[in-house]
Amino acid sequence: MNEGKNISRRDFLKRIGLASVALTGCGKATETTNTANNTTTVVGETKAEDMTYRINPTTGDKVSLLGFGCMRWPTGSDGEIDQEMVNKLVDYAIEHGVNYFDTSPAYCKGKSEAATGIALKRHDRSKYYIATKLSNFGEQVWSTEESLAMYENSFKELQVDYIDYMLLHGVGMGGMENLRKRYLDNGILDHLLKERKKGRIRNLGFSYHGDIEVFDYLLSQHDKYKWDFVQIQLNYVDWKHAKATNRRNTDAEYLYNELQKRGIPAVIMEPLLGGRLSKVHDHIAQSLKERDPERSIASWAFRYAGTFEGVLTVLSGMTYMEHLKDNLVSYAPLKPLTADDLEFLEKVAEEMVTYKTIPCNDCKYCMPCPYGIDIPANLLHYNKIVNAGMMPDENAGTEEYQKNRRIFLVGYDRSVPKLRQASHCIGCGICKPHCPQRIDIPRELARIDIFVEHLKRNKNKKA
Amino acid sequence: MSNLDFQNSPKTQNNRETTYKIGMLRKIRLTIGCLMLAAATWLFVDTSGIAAAHLNWIAKIQFLPALMAGSIITVIVLLVATLLLGRVYCSVICPLGLLQDLIARVGRAAKKNRYTYSKAKNILRWGVLGVTVIAFVAGIGSVVALVAPYSSFGRIAQTLLAPLYEWGNNIAAQIAESNGSYAVSETEIWVRSIPTLVIAALTLVGIGIVAWMNGRTYCNTICPVGTVLGFLSKYSLMAPVIDKSKCISCRKCERNCKAACIDIAGTKEIDGSRCVTCMNCIDTCPKGAISYTMRNRTAKVEAEGGETPSGRRMFLTMLGLTAASVASAKKDKLVDGGLTVIEDKEPMKRETPLVPPGAESLRNFRRHCTGCQLCVAKCPNGVLRPSTDLGSLMQPVMSYENGYCRQECTRCSEVCPAGAIKPYEEGAKSSIQIGHAVWVKERCVVLTDEVSCGTCARHCPVGAISMVKYDAGDGKEVRIPAVNEERCIGCGACENLCPSRPLSAIYVEGHENHKIL
Repeated sequence: MNEGKNISRRDFLKRIGLASVALTGCGKATETTNTANNTTTVVGETKAEDMTYRINPTTGDKVSLLGFGCMRWPTGSDGEIDQEMVNKLVDYAIEHGVNYFDTSPAYCKGKSEAATGIALKRHDRSKYYIATKLSNFGEQVWSTEESLAMYENSFKELQVDYIDYMLLHGVGMGGMENLRKRYLDNGILDHLLKERKKGRIRNLGFSYHGDIEVFDYLLSQHDKYKWDFVQIQLNYVDWKHAKATNRRNTDAEYLYNELQKRGIPAVIMEPLLGGRLSKVHDHIAQSLKERDPERSIASWAFRYAGTFEGVLTVLSGMTYMEHLKDNLVSYAPLKPLTADDLEFLEKVAEEMVTYKTIPCNDCKYCMPCPYGIDIPANLLHYNKIVNAGMMPDENAGTEEYQKNRRIFLVGYDRSVPKLRQASHCIGCGICKPHCPQRIDIPRELARIDIFVEHLKRNKNKKA
Repeated sequence: MSNLDFQNSPKTQNNRETTYKIGMLRKIRLTIGCLMLAAATWLFVDTSGIAAAHLNWIAKIQFLPALMAGSIITVIVLLVATLLLGRVYCSVICPLGLLQDLIARVGRAAKKNRYTYSKAKNILRWGVLGVTVIAFVAGIGSVVALVAPYSSFGRIAQTLLAPLYEWGNNIAAQIAESNGSYAVSETEIWVRSIPTLVIAALTLVGIGIVAWMNGRTYCNTICPVGTVLGFLSKYSLMAPVIDKSKCISCRKCERNCKAACIDIAGTKEIDGSRCVTCMNCIDTCPKGAISYTMRNRTAKVEAEGGETPSGRRMFLTMLGLTAASVASAKKDKLVDGGLTVIEDKEPMKRETPLVPPGAESLRNFRRHCTGCQLCVAKCPNGVLRPSTDLGSLMQPVMSYENGYCRQECTRCSEVCPAGAIKPYEEGAKSSIQIGHAVWVKERCVVLTDEVSCGTCARHCPVGAISMVKYDAGDGKEVRIPAVNEERCIGCGACENLCPSRPLSAIYVEGHENHKIL
């Protein structure tokens, strides 16, 4: 009964959505590309001048379509950020035309801003844009003083005297009440508006996850706040299937179109869904490769996000040089997707939501769990097995079941230390409000625990 | 026909240089012995479960465990075999005897012709046997465990060799992981009990030195099984016998007899009670004067004496040292800023020790267990470890800080050779009550951390725990676990998974007598 309703709604959205993409996406995009249809560079070095740039309507900033997300900086064996590697990545990115760097006081256990600052300090300040956020998540930093201290500290950590793009961080999580407590009642938003006037902040915006009421409210106040940009989660699954993750989540199609109506440029986060659009199910990987054997699986997601003309930049948390190089291929220059490609990706997304993966993006906002569970590691192991098509299925025949059972259990112990496995989750729910994807973490962990227990017990299961 | 020595050819008799040829009998003994030692060792160190599935018969044909288990047929077969062929049990079945042979071989390689005849230490032999019997009757399992030869081997293999093997296994597992293979999985290496480790190490060093210097002295002075079988083998049908007419008293056989039981200077007889029928003397004799044949029943060899052998002192030292040590094993933790540091769980102090399902009662378990550590080696859940209590030293007990007694596992009952853990039907485990869970209010996170929990109730395989309402004060109503003692089987899932650390807020207290629910 419920299913039937969902399908019809989805079909409806699909019709509307595809039409709008075809119009906004492809019409203008053709002018930014100068590559012939079937000749694309898929490996090797790209040129800085080939980078696709978008113009920020309020400040006229020429922003590279590829933005560097600084949430996943590489770490050494000691778990500390590998600064040398960070410098190398930043140097290479700037050399190849990347000029937008997005960080936050909350990233990399609070060390991202400093590391990003050190790397960027070595370059001409006019050559890049810095985006950071006021990440006053915890109740202890909601006061005016604490929040202001956090704001001022970002300048120190980044070693700059102005910030190009400043964001209210993750509004929507915790609903309107949370927004009021974090930014409105304590006067922080008013302060940031003043700072913009003074020029210490060049662009003011917010990043949104969660409760749609907050998004709608902030946009309804656009005349008052004059948002220079808004950061949203957009990718070919979330465009129409955000509700597959959580019924209360909102499709990116709506978010993007609301911004377009008001002419607000969109900064895109999670274009890859935390890697879930690169680590896809084998079937999907095959069909993507069949369509373009020379491009990486991830490149589809990046080109998808870049195809929307109202997108200012697409953020990618690039830990490894190969990620950076692959993304440069996608954006220097961007070869926008055709209407046909978009339709194809919509089909991929439809197929993807039928695979029962857990929508974890490994952002680690849920961590640390006070009881020691490595939450993302548990969820990602489960996803990995689902995507590899290796879920132990008792109906698959004894031998197949035994093989997959072993792969699941041995792999589980390898990926997650025993004491950090789902069986130790007490279900306290402390993690739950922190998940930007609004995953019911205790429920998912309990599900994995029951599944693992079932596997352990059914050692000699006869099919 | 009566002469079974195939080595006895005229050619060898004339050739004085040929002193050490391998005869057919010895070849058979060496082959079986090597295979048996390798198999027994693998049985103990294997982590895959294959050895336990196919080789646990090795444990079950051991004399003392079979006697403990009341396996009459096995005991009779071993006794009859001894009466017919001599102490072949000692030369090809007992893994401790085989281990000594291996060490003695290295000793002989270092110095040829190193042994000499010594008189039998009968007072000591029968004394140790007597003490063992008394200890068994009195139910002091640790004494039996200490002198049981197969158990000594088991302890050496489990505590000293297994970690090396596991270490190798883990390297292989890492290689497998880096190759994307799931063939080898990592195993946890942990010290289960320091006293048992110390005893095993001292046993190895003690027996090792004695074996190196004097061959099978341990078997002929301390080992109670050796004493019993020696008593019978003295009258065995077949035995190595010296043809006195051929003997030239060169003493080559005596100097190569690891049992020190060939008296060439005196009676020119072989002491049948100590001879382990290794057949070395047959091959050593340059005149082919020794053959494995029907025993001459008129010539009884009886040697008397009560000297203290060098092995004895060492043995007593071992006993003394073990009392002093204390167990504490800290594991390494992976610490990463994004993860909460997890404190190790400490073993619970239990008024009544926990022993596995199949033990039937603490008393039955204590009486039968020879402390061979096979169940400890095979426990895949890190539950079993040797006891550190003096009365039951080296006999296994259960504790749940590393894992719990899982419902699908019946491993220990399958491998136990001594009838201390009796086999039960798969599926019956959920109705065997070995203890019951006890809730400790002061440590429960529902009250200390003010969070909702229920981990214990969720994981109870028999549904013995339910979360009930509780007034936490200030009118705050919370849910705390309530144990139905009648339904609880004592598996320890609750204790192991309880978030309270280092001591769990719910733990299992053992029962003297196990019950079928």
